[in-house]
Amino acid sequence: MAMPQTKPAPVATTDIAVSARSVSKTYGETEALRDMTIEFPRGQLTSLLGPSGCGKTTLLKIIAGLLEPNSGTIEVNGKPVTGPGEDRAFVFQDFALLPWASVMRNVAFGLELRGVAKSEREAIAAKYIADVGLKGFEKSFPHELSGGMRQRVGLARALSVNADVLLMDEPFSAVDEQTRRKFQEDLLSLVQNENKTFIFVTHSIEEAVYVSDQIALLLPRPSRVSEIIRPSGLRMKDVDNIRRDPEYLDTVDRIWALLRSYVE
Amino acid sequence: MTDQSQRTLATAASQGRPPLTKPARRDFFGRLTPALVKHRPLVLKLVSAAVVFGAWEIAGRIPVSYAFPTFIESMAALWSMTVDGSLFVAYGETLKPLVVGILISTFIGVAVGMWIGLAKWADWLFSPIFIVMQAAPLAALIPLLVMIYGIGLTSKVFVVCIMAMPVIVLNTAGAVRNTPSSFIEMGQSFLASRAEVIGKIILPAASPVIFSGLRLGVSAGFIGAILAELKITPTGVGDIISYSRSVADYASMYAAIFSIIVLAVVFLNLLERIELTLFEGNARGYASD
Ligand SMILES: Nc1ncnc2c1ncn2[C@@H]1O[C@H](COP(=O)(O)OP(=O)(O)OP(=O)(O)O)[C@@H](O)[C@H]1O
Ligand SMILES: [Mg+2]
Repeated sequence: MAMPQTKPAPVATTDIAVSARSVSKTYGETEALRDMTIEFPRGQLTSLLGPSGCGKTTLLKIIAGLLEPNSGTIEVNGKPVTGPGEDRAFVFQDFALLPWASVMRNVAFGLELRGVAKSEREAIAAKYIADVGLKGFEKSFPHELSGGMRQRVGLARALSVNADVLLMDEPFSAVDEQTRRKFQEDLLSLVQNENKTFIFVTHSIEEAVYVSDQIALLLPRPSRVSEIIRPSGLRMKDVDNIRRDPEYLDTVDRIWALLRSYVE
Repeated sequence: MTDQSQRTLATAASQGRPPLTKPARRDFFGRLTPALVKHRPLVLKLVSAAVVFGAWEIAGRIPVSYAFPTFIESMAALWSMTVDGSLFVAYGETLKPLVVGILISTFIGVAVGMWIGLAKWADWLFSPIFIVMQAAPLAALIPLLVMIYGIGLTSKVFVVCIMAMPVIVLNTAGAVRNTPSSFIEMGQSFLASRAEVIGKIILPAASPVIFSGLRLGVSAGFIGAILAELKITPTGVGDIISYSRSVADYASMYAAIFSIIVLAVVFLNLLERIELTLFEGNARGYASD
């Protein structure tokens, strides 16, 4: 069962897949992001960790091209973002499943919009439905699924379009602990095996430390990056031993100490 | 758990005793009748129809008013109108403005409603018209329509449209406007074009409310068609109603009214069929007719 999680040593000049430069966003009176600058290295998983309402979803939507920043630029693969693109896929915090469509159609929806023929897209979707553990529910409708199952449908939909950059807004928040741990392991091997860039929002410090190459700690609104933490030693470790590793425990403690000041 | 209760049920039944655990499949009256359970909606419909008709019959027999025939008398009158063909002739007249008016209201109403829901300026331009139309006292407008369009089909179609269109337009516009923004964002993030967002997301999301608007609109259109025949020129079913009233043939009058209600119910059921064919996903949780 033990899977070696070794990674080739990082290239000297880290390749940046996504970068945000001095991005600011205000909603009416609410200043969500102020002058945020952050870089997301290609092939790595970056977690955004910060208090509720600090603007994590806002940042992801700006990267996705769904929202326009008031100022600043986003670049994906060196090109400025002007709108949604094939290179990015979104896992929505509220799942955003179409209630009138079956699990199959929901998962295949991204491919449907890309003009992939029905038989082909359903074959691809079936694979991802099985991957997220929903085999047998292809014909079910979202209202017939539990919250965690719905979330997995949203996850499968984003994976099925095979985008370079995955924007995941609390993708495991509603799944049970067993599934969550399994997904965390799956995510690690996905990061390992595919040269995709993951931007991952979570509220769980442990989860962030477990899966991330780098963790961006965000300040409360108006949000900026307060600190970047790279638990790099952990990425060489065997998945089964990460949670026992002193570096893991130390990092979790350190982040908690930093975040604690916001809570108080 | 389910396994176990099934087993108890089976053993109890095989021993000829009533099952100890309460079985799930029991009809309205608490009897174990799987066939009834399966057709419960139909059974309930028949029961409620029987109650209404029974009450009608009793009220007619008391009688509550000399102008109120019994159910059986009314059905006899309906039968004689059917066999002598006068009912079909009447509907030939009534259905013309009704069907034309409802078709116009449906297609133009949904289109304008979508437009209002999608574009702010269309909302600003058209919404007031339909709000006024919905509030207008139709009976007062009829002389005006007759003055402009005469007493022919056009005026009657107008009456049907004035009755049916506002609710269709306003429901459609509201439904379109209330499409959850997360669905639209999802579509955009997966590169849906504007047309795809409208066709694959907004329209299906709005369809339950659009169809409930259509149901209200169709019912109002029926009222409009009869009103037009009573107020403009007595033709068709409106003629049967006003003529039989003038000669105190109340059974025929109620028969005509009954027939129009039945037709309206048939129409509404047809509409639901259409809805389920177009949007299968809407099959859940609709209280119909
Ligand atoms: N459409 C909107 N209109 C107005 N204000 C908004 C809108 N969307 C978000 N906000 C505000 O912007 C701030 C950041 O919101 P955002 O959803 O990005 O937070 P978040 O970090 O994702 O929070 P959570 O962890 O709870 O999901 C919040 O204070 C919120 O009130
Ligand atoms: Mg959020």
